[in-house]
Parts: sequence; structure tokens; C-alpha cells
Amino acid sequence: MPTGVAAPLLAVRDLSLSFATAGGALPITRNVGFSIAPGERVGLVGESGCGKTVTGLSLLRLLPAHNAQVRGEIVFDGVDLLKLSPRRMRAVRGRDIAMIFQEPMNALDPVFTVGDQISEAYRVHFPVSRAEGRDRAIEALREVGIPAPERRCDEYPHQLSGGMRQRVMIAMALICKPKLLIADEPTTALDVTVQAQITDLLRSLSERTGTALIFITHDLGVVAETCTRMITMYAGEVVEDAPVDDVLTRPRHPYTSGLLRSLPGLSARRGVLSSIPGRVPSPNAMPAGCRFRARCAHAAAGCEREQAMIEVDAGHAARCWRATELALRGAVN
Amino acid sequence: MTHSAPADPSEIIAVRDLRILFPTRDGHDTVKAVDGMDFEVRTGETFGIIGESGSGKTTLGRALVSLLKPTEGQILHQGVDPAALGAKAFRKHRRDYQIVFQDPNAALNPRMTIIDSVIEPLEIVGEGDATSRRRRGIAALERVGLSPEAADRYPHQLSGGQKQRVNIARVLTLRPKVIVCDEVVAALDVSIRGDVLNLFADLQREFGLTYVFITHDISVVSHISDRIAVTYLGKLMELGPAEDVIEHPLHPYTRALLSAEPIPLPSHLRVDRRIILEGEIPSPVAPPSGCRFRTRCPSVQERCAAEVPAWREVRPGHRVACHFATAEGPPPDQRQSEKTTVMGGPTCV
Repeated sequence: MPTGVAAPLLAVRDLSLSFATAGGALPITRNVGFSIAPGERVGLVGESGCGKTVTGLSLLRLLPAHNAQVRGEIVFDGVDLLKLSPRRMRAVRGRDIAMIFQEPMNALDPVFTVGDQISEAYRVHFPVSRAEGRDRAIEALREVGIPAPERRCDEYPHQLSGGMRQRVMIAMALICKPKLLIADEPTTALDVTVQAQITDLLRSLSERTGTALIFITHDLGVVAETCTRMITMYAGEVVEDAPVDDVLTRPRHPYTSGLLRSLPGLSARRGVLSSIPGRVPSPNAMPAGCRFRARCAHAAAGCEREQAMIEVDAGHAARCWRATELALRGAVN
Repeated sequence: MTHSAPADPSEIIAVRDLRILFPTRDGHDTVKAVDGMDFEVRTGETFGIIGESGSGKTTLGRALVSLLKPTEGQILHQGVDPAALGAKAFRKHRRDYQIVFQDPNAALNPRMTIIDSVIEPLEIVGEGDATSRRRRGIAALERVGLSPEAADRYPHQLSGGQKQRVNIARVLTLRPKVIVCDEVVAALDVSIRGDVLNLFADLQREFGLTYVFITHDISVVSHISDRIAVTYLGKLMELGPAEDVIEHPLHPYTRALLSAEPIPLPSHLRVDRRIILEGEIPSPVAPPSGCRFRTRCPSVQERCAAEVPAWREVRPGHRVACHFATAEGPPPDQRQSEKTTVMGGPTCV
């Protein structure tokens, strides 16, 4: 729930996803809602299995149509993407909304040069010659800081290092100047010094071009250094949505607080680390009411009721009815 | 502050001029995975090894428990060279030096029940009978926080954190002296990492274990270690007491590594001290001459290409391989000296 006056670039409302299985529909996410302002950088965080990646994929309608049932609204630039024909959706993908993934080696085709693959991303949407496509690809490689782009353009993915491949993916994603980039764990497979290069690149490109960013990650440090807002997901629901500095200082949902407190601090040697007991409930055995309550130290009578997102502060909402009364610890003591 | 005594009798592992080379697939070259390392692990300590991929830390970890043989140099276990032992003596010896791997799934046979995996080491060394082995297996599972009901399950019925506990229980049955932990929490969600790290700390106190903790995660290594070694491209860059390495790094690489760690602090508490290294780790087939870090070092000078830096003790118990490091810290950053002169590692509030 951002406060800005500008119309949001993306407004997701009541997005629920389920997969058809032999045993019936398996609900994965429920009533996911958030919005992204133009140029905003939002971190989407949570443990594995909380629904971050499928949410990212469903925004681009990349989930298999035969068994994924998506309900709700994904309003992008005033248009509900869920209502678009497959052909019109293809025109949005890569052009207005682009996506990059965790493992760049799997996302690149080993038998084509990186120049071919980048220019293809452009030529799908714009009628330009091969030669111009190549020029655009070289320009895009230069933008993402690849040295000697004229030469790199003719190389194959296996000739590049992991960090270079992720730069190629970013070049490909940004070549059409999309309004929104969805980055799904783009630095998880990279070393920390290379991760720092890539997050810096994403932030500066977003600042320069005005591309909004949804950064899906489990690393709260990466969010702190890259994003302006953080959305926490748990068990298929959004549980907190707030400006990064606010939520790090004073989280309002016990789950977000638990995540922050589980991180070993750099100089907090030898103390006992905290953790969140238990595990995420499985999708076919979701408890009623607050889905976190079985693991929550602050659970009380009333938590078994349905929880709505409550706005506790300007632009800061949490799915916890005790959000206003609890004083939860953040990253700062 | 730790002091550096020469030839400490309490050294449980001593690594001397260690080199481990692998031929490349075409046979024309060698990968210098570990290329001259010298250090010792003290009894009862947690020795942290930190490095990026390709730094040789996993190869080193395997060599420490005799899963790989040194190409040159020696690894001594309490003065004994396991590579020189006969087959029978070696088998008896190696139970004291165990390893836990990164991927909890790959380390467990999917077709064996949990208890069968846990007691397999006891069967191999031929200890006890079936009943006593099962009893010890269950006791080990309980010690790592798993209920006896887990014993007859299969790996796919457990979560990642539970599986890693099984792997810990399995090495505990042998009552080892040393456990090498190779990225043991990397595959786990942050919410349960703390639990597993706490378990390691408890077991160390209870059994007097020595740990070699290999990780790329600086916050994990700084939390758990007594001393920290920093590896880069097959060599040690720096080694010292954990707090000293984190708060007063001596090597430009360590400084950059610490500054690259993303810290979840609100912006007003974060210092702009990021040193972004250029490029990536070079190939271990043809490492740079002189200092291996020079191709990415923001403080590089001519001498760095010509001469391999000596492995020097610059602060008490704190060694570094850099020509220009002093007791005050690493040499200044030439590229952006006006921006990144903040000394030491990141601070935590």
C-alpha cells in the first residue's frame, strides 16, 4: 500500500493461484495484493516455498496453463494482464515486463551466441535488421558493464563466467527498456564480490532508466542495499508491506521480525542465534486464520480468525491483528 | 587475543606446504586447487575457512579428512601423516576425522531409512551388535533434536534442516575428534540456520570437538569461528583470530570481501564503505604471477606481479600474504581512496 499520488505501474489484487493435482486443486497463494509505483524497487522476501517465485511467474503468465489456475487481477499500466489474449500477452512479455532468473546458464541457449540471443529479444518486438539488432545488443552489453562488447557479442554462453552470464541476462531483459523488471534470486548463485557488482548494477540501471524492479530474494541484506520497499510473504500470503528502512527498524509482523533476528550479525560472536521454530505448513493443510500462528511466539486467542492486512503506519501494513500492540525487534536493537 | 606459540603441542591438524593439483580433462594443464598452504588447527577450536568459489576451500576440506591425497606437502593429524599409514591403520585412524557436506539430500541414500544411514559408519568400523548400534543411532538422533519416530522414515519425508541433523548424527556416532563442515548451512533457510549453528556449538561443548568450518558466508563464519582463514585462488590470504580479522582485516581482499557482504540495516545506519571489486576470480589453471589477487586488487603496485608475497605475521597471531599490509591494516585503495578509507570491517549494531 504505497502512499504516492502517482498511479501505480502495477496493481496486483487478490491474486490466488492453485495447481490442479490428481487429489484436487492445491492452493499455493491466496489473495496476494500489492502495487508498484513507476521506478520503485521492491524486495519480495520469504523462505523457500512461501510463494515468491510463483508470484513472479504468474505476473508474466509464465505458469503452465494446463494446471495452474490463476484468479484475481494483475493491472499493469491500466490493463488487466489476466484478461489479455495470449498474443497480446506475448507483446507485453520482454517488452514492458522482463524477467531474469537465478541460474543464468539454464536461461541461456548454449548453441547461440550471446549477441544473437540479446538481439532476438529486441527483434521479437521491433522490426529492425539483423545488423541493427547486433548494434543494439553491443550497446546493451556495454550498458551492463561488459568489457569489449564487440567481441563478447560473438561468444557463446560457456565462454563467459557466472557473473558475466548474469550481466548478459540483464542486458537481454533491459534491451527493450521495460517498465518493470522481475529479478528472481539473480545473485544467489554468485559469489559475494560478484553479487555486490550485480546488485549495484541493477540499482543504478533502475535509477537511470526508471525501470521498476521486483527483486525476489531470501537475502534481507540484499533487499536493504537494493530496494526501497520490502514485501514479506509467508505460506502463500503477503504478511507485511513496508518501506525498507521502516521494516528493518521496526517490523510489525512476527514473521518478518523472526527472519531479521535469525541472521547472525557480523560481530555478534558466540551468542545463541535465534530461529523460527517449526516449519511452513503444507499447502493442503493450511490452518485457518493466521497461517504463522503455530510458529509465532506472540500467538494469542483471536489469531485463529481471518487476518487482514492492517495499515499500522504510513505505507506500512501487516497481516497481524496484534501489529499495533507488539513491540517487535528488527535488525537494530 | 591469541598468542602465537611455535610448534604448539595442542595442534590437532598441521598443514605444511600443501599443494593439491588436478590434471585438466585434456591432460595438458593442471588445476592448482590448493597451491601452497601452511597453517595449523588447534584442538577444540573452530577454525573458519572463508573464500569464494574456486578458492580451493572444498578441496582443502576434503584433504583435511584424507578424502584427497596431497600432491605435495603434508597434512599431519596430531603429528601422524595419514597418507603414510597402512590400509588397516588408516581405516582405524580416519574415524577421528569426519566431514559433513553441503547438500543434505545428496549425502543421504534415498533408499535407506534414516536409522540405516546413521548406523552405517558403525557397521563399517564393526562396532557393537545390531541392537547396540540401533540404540546408539537413536541416541545420536535424539541428541541432534530428532524424535525416534524419524528413525524409520526415508530422507524424502524430512525437511532440509532435519536431513542436515541426520548427517550430523551420523558422524557423531563415531565420536570423532575433528569434524570438517563444508557449507553445512548454505542450503538451509535462514529461519532454521540459527538452530543448526546452535546445535554445532552445543555439540562442540559437549564432546570437545574441533571444527573446520568452510563457508562463503561471512556472517556465519564470524559468528562461529575462533580463528578465520581467508582463501583466494588456492592460497591463504590472511589468517588470524576471528574478531581481529573481522574488525581489523589486513589484506585488501578480506577488506573487499567484508565490505561486499550485504547487511540488513536501515540506510541511516549503513556506512558507505563498499569496495566493489572488478572482474571475477581468475582460472586456477593459470593463476596470475606474484600475488594472486593483484588482477582485482584496488591497491596493486608493480612489485605485486613480480614477487609472491611472503606469509608474514603482522599482528599477534594474525598472518597475511600482502607486500604492503602493515599492523595498521591493508594498503590504501588506489582507485577511490577518497571514498573508501573506512578502516576495518562492517560494524553491527
